[in-house]
Amino acid sequence: MTTLAETVSDSVTITRRNLIKVKRVPDLIVFATLSPIMFVLLFRYVFGGAIDVPGDVSYAEFLLPGIFAQTVVFGSTITGASIAEDLQKGLIDRFRSLPMSRSAVLIGRTVADLGLNAISIVVMALTGLVVGWRINTSVGEAVGGFVLLLAFAYAVSWLMAVVGLLVRTPEVVNNASFMVIFPLTFVSNAFVPLESFPSVLRTFAEWNPVSTVVQGARELFGNVPAGAPLAEAWSLQHPVFYSLLWAVVILIVFVPLSVRLYVRTSTR
Amino acid sequence: MSYAVVVEGLLKRFGKTTALGGVDLTVSEGTVLGLLGPNGAGKTTIVRVLSTLLLPDGGRAEVAGLDVVTEAAQVRSMIGLTGQYAAVDEYLTGRENLEMVGRLYRLSAREARRRAEQLLERFELTDAANRPAKTYSGGMRRRLDIGASLIARPRVLFLDEPTTGLDPRSRLGMWEFIADLVGEGTTILLTTQYLEEADRLADRMVVIDHGRVIARGTADELKAQVGGERLEMTLADAGQLGAVAEALRPLTHGEPRLDAQTRRLSVPVSGGVDALAEALRRLDGHSAGVLDIGLRRPDLDDVFLTLTGHAAEGDEPSDEQDESATTVSAGANR
Repeated sequence: MTTLAETVSDSVTITRRNLIKVKRVPDLIVFATLSPIMFVLLFRYVFGGAIDVPGDVSYAEFLLPGIFAQTVVFGSTITGASIAEDLQKGLIDRFRSLPMSRSAVLIGRTVADLGLNAISIVVMALTGLVVGWRINTSVGEAVGGFVLLLAFAYAVSWLMAVVGLLVRTPEVVNNASFMVIFPLTFVSNAFVPLESFPSVLRTFAEWNPVSTVVQGARELFGNVPAGAPLAEAWSLQHPVFYSLLWAVVILIVFVPLSVRLYVRTSTR
Repeated sequence: MSYAVVVEGLLKRFGKTTALGGVDLTVSEGTVLGLLGPNGAGKTTIVRVLSTLLLPDGGRAEVAGLDVVTEAAQVRSMIGLTGQYAAVDEYLTGRENLEMVGRLYRLSAREARRRAEQLLERFELTDAANRPAKTYSGGMRRRLDIGASLIARPRVLFLDEPTTGLDPRSRLGMWEFIADLVGEGTTILLTTQYLEEADRLADRMVVIDHGRVIARGTADELKAQVGGERLEMTLADAGQLGAVAEALRPLTHGEPRLDAQTRRLSVPVSGGVDALAEALRRLDGHSAGVLDIGLRRPDLDDVFLTLTGHAAEGDEPSDEQDESATTVSAGANR
């Protein structure tokens, strides 16, 4: 019914609307950038001394891709909270009563949040360079590393959109998503080497897509220690492919599901 | 005359509760229908079905000749909706809000800008046009919300309790805006809890309760059903209620309502201010201690008491009665 061109045009309108909010509410951008800076500094200087990294790489180099991944995955939770907020304020009702594309509100939302994540990652990368993180590969590979991180985060945004449409209260969305995101990011290789985990947790961490995104980013930025032991799990041997596969599967499941929920949703 | 809205046997259930139990109504092209009822009667549910937000469980509804279920997409380009809570983006300015909605109605960027400008002027928001809606008062938000629903010149406009929560002054202003729209020939379905509001704005009214239509007609027809004006008073001593009711009996044409708890007495009368004057004369020699007396036109509470035998639950009591009451001093000025 709605053509592709109309969907694109509506999505652009909604993306613009969401980005205007980022401009008008500076807190959003401040928190999206300050908390990652804080994480970089905390881990680098507080835990850095206590965490042993195998091979000949500094903890800063090991750490930064982990911080990147954690931050963009956390950043994606904004999608759920924002959709719940729009539902609560009756804006989703207004949009649903308009002759606009039925997927544009969700596309515009996730694209705007992707933009916010991109800003966070730039700020973190600059902070990282100050504290000793380095890119040791080509420009192309480095760009690939950032794309991998953002692509995975974009997929998580759609998962969060479903959470927002189901839960409907921004505060609850935040709490609920932290319950999931915290274990996913901490039971991974983001901050500590996998060798330090007990066996069951280690298997979980090896197949955890956050680990593979981090591993993939480390490879693409050249932050994998030269003397590090080779990963045993297949997922960690092919981290980029495995991570992108996750992103694609999440999108295949959650894009149609969230559009369906959006079409059916109703505040009473 | 053709109908802009046709609703037949509309059914909607939420779990075990029946929100709509077979509603029939029509709105003629270019007229205003007032949909009246207490909170939870099903007014909003009807609007949500007609604006394609909610699928009905049974029955049929057409807007501008289009089925709201099978032709929902086309219906959306014909309608404007203003919900109970002003659905404006508070981080966008007034102008940005209007332009965004205009674009989503598929107006060209240029046309959306032009319409936004017109509507800002019309709804007296030009000065605030470049301020985020967050800074707007309740009345301004509501005006912006209605402006947004008008941006693509809809054939049918749904206004769901457009003045609920507004202060009396903003309410009066809103009535003027709505009356202007009516003058331009927009078909409007308006829900309200206030008979006075429907009285001012609507050509015809439908009263619903518990998801069913309990009365319909013009304002005059409804008022005739309800039984005209009432004389209401509060006494200092509840023990005097019976005696006062007796003293006023020659003036009334119906049963008085007594409420010992609030020491209030209400008797149906006809003759307007003359009846009030006569009542005052009769009570002059009486030691009843009348604290407050007034002539009140029927309101939704009376409609409900008369039609259903129960008061409109959830209706805000005191404010609304004060507004529709003709007090002694106001009566004396006429």
